[in-house]
Amino acid sequence: MTEKQAVIIGGGPAGLAAALRLREKGVKDILILEREKYLGGILRQCIHDGFGLTRFGESLSGPEYAQRFIDRIQAEGVEYITECTVLDVSPDKVVTAASKTRGLLQVRAQAVLLTMGCRERTRGALATPGTRPAGVYTAGVAQSYINLQNIMVGKEVVILGSGDIGMIMARRLTLEGAHVQAVYEVQPYPSGLPRNIEQCLNDYGIPLYLSHTVVEIKGRERLTSVVVAQCDERFRPIPGTEQEVPCDTLILSVGLIPENELSLAAGVELDPRTRGAYVDEHCQTGVPGVFAAGNVLHVHDLVDFVSLEAEALADSAAEYILSGSLPACPLEVVAGQDVGHVIPQRCSGTRDFTLYLRVRRPLNQVSVVVRQAGREVLRKKMRKALPAEMILLAVKAAKLTQDANLEVTVE
Amino acid sequence: MKRTFTCIVCPNGCEIEAEYEGENVLSVTGNLCPKGRTYVTQELVDPQRTIASSVRVLNGELPLCSVRLTRAIPKDRIFDVMREINRQTLEAPTHIGDVVIQDVLGLGSDVIATKEIAKVS
Repeated sequence: MTEKQAVIIGGGPAGLAAALRLREKGVKDILILEREKYLGGILRQCIHDGFGLTRFGESLSGPEYAQRFIDRIQAEGVEYITECTVLDVSPDKVVTAASKTRGLLQVRAQAVLLTMGCRERTRGALATPGTRPAGVYTAGVAQSYINLQNIMVGKEVVILGSGDIGMIMARRLTLEGAHVQAVYEVQPYPSGLPRNIEQCLNDYGIPLYLSHTVVEIKGRERLTSVVVAQCDERFRPIPGTEQEVPCDTLILSVGLIPENELSLAAGVELDPRTRGAYVDEHCQTGVPGVFAAGNVLHVHDLVDFVSLEAEALADSAAEYILSGSLPACPLEVVAGQDVGHVIPQRCSGTRDFTLYLRVRRPLNQVSVVVRQAGREVLRKKMRKALPAEMILLAVKAAKLTQDANLEVTVE
Repeated sequence: MKRTFTCIVCPNGCEIEAEYEGENVLSVTGNLCPKGRTYVTQELVDPQRTIASSVRVLNGELPLCSVRLTRAIPKDRIFDVMREINRQTLEAPTHIGDVVIQDVLGLGSDVIATKEIAKVS
C-alpha cells in the first residue's frame, strides 16, 4: 500500500489552499484526489466576478481565482489525480479510490484532509407535490449547463429560494435571453447577500417575494406552470393565496448541504446544525488525524474565507504530521441565544483561533458576546446581523482560561 | 431627497442612507468605508456594472470560455455589450487575460477571457 503524509480529498478551493500551505510548512508528500476532470471545484462554473476581494484585493471570476492556486500547485509539483473518485476513508486513515488511469488505489495517510465541499438540496428534499416534468433544476446544475456545457435551460423561468446561486442564475439567465419572472422565498427574509439582491435582481427588475413558496409543479413532458402561495410564519401555505404562474423552467436555490458520506465512513461525528463535522480549533474532527475545512465543514458565503479556513487547517495538519500530536481541546464552544451554529465546537484555551458563526434571524444593533463562566471574553458590536452573512471573530488565548466552556450569544 | 442604497462594491453590502440634491450628495450614513460614498455618487450620476458571460470555443477541450469586463460599464449598455460578446468565437487554446474585445463599444472596458482551455489533441 502507498503511504502519504497527507491525502486531500477534493481539489476545489479548500483542498488547493490546504495543499499549498502544507508544502510551505514542510509537508511535501501530499496527494490530492479530485473527482472531476479538472482541479478548481465549483469555481470553474462560477464565471461571475467578485471573488478574491478579501484575499487578492481585486475582483476576479471563479475560474481566475481557482487558477491562481492551480498554477502554484503545478509549479510546486504537488501530486494530484483527477477523474478519481474516493470510495472509502477508514478510521485508521486508509483512503480507497477508483481512477480511470490507475484503477483501484489504496493509500495510507498520516493525515486525511476532508475538503469535499457541499451539494444542493433538491426537489426531493422539499417534497413539493405535483408531476415530474423536465425543466426543474437546482441552481448549480443550471449553472453548469449554461456556463460549462453551452446548454440553455429554458425561456420562462421561476426561481424558488433566494440563495446566492439562485440570484446569480437569475441574472445569468436574463443576460442569456430568458425571462425570469420572480424569485420566491419561503422565509420572511432573504437567504442570500444584500448585494446580490441589488445587482442580480433589482438591476434586472426581477421581483423577490418573501414568505412565498411553490406548492405545486405542473406539466407532463415539460414543466408548464407552478402554483405559488403565500406562507405563514411556520412556512405553511395560506389557503386562498394560491396563484398559478406559467413557466417552462423552475430553478431551485434552497440550500446547500455539506457532502459528508466519506466523513461518516471514517467515523467522524457530524453536528446536526452545520451538517458538517464537529471540529476543534485545529479543524480536527473527532477522529485523530482527520481534518475538515471549507464547505464540507460549514457552508460559507465567500470563497476567500474557504481558502483562509483551509490554510488554518493546513497549519494544524502540518503540526500534527511533523510532531505527531496537537494540543488537547477540552473546552466546548456552545452556541447560545440567537446563534445558529459555531465553528469550531471545541477549543484549547491556550491558542488564538478564529470563531465562525451565523445568527438565527436578522437582527439590528446587537453585540456578539463570547463568555467563559459568565466572564466576558470578547464583544463585537454589529449594526446589522443577517443569517446570510457569516460572522468571524478573532478569539485571543490571552483572554481565556483553561477551565470553563465558552458560550457565544447575540444580545 | 433621501434614498437607501445597497452598496455592491464588496460583500459587506452596506445599507447606505443618502441625502442628495440632483447629482450632489449632501450626506451618507451607514457605509463602512469611503467607497460607499463614491458608489452612491456614481449611482446618482451614471450607474455602472460589470458583467460576465461566455464565448464559444473552437477546437477546445471545453465548448465555452468564460469572459468578463475589465471595467464597469453604464448599466443601460449591458445588453448591447452582451450582443457583442455573443458574436465572438475563440480558437483554443485560451488563456486568462486574453483580450476578446478591446474597448467594447468604445466604453473603455475590455472583454477578457477568464479560463485556461487547452486545444483538443
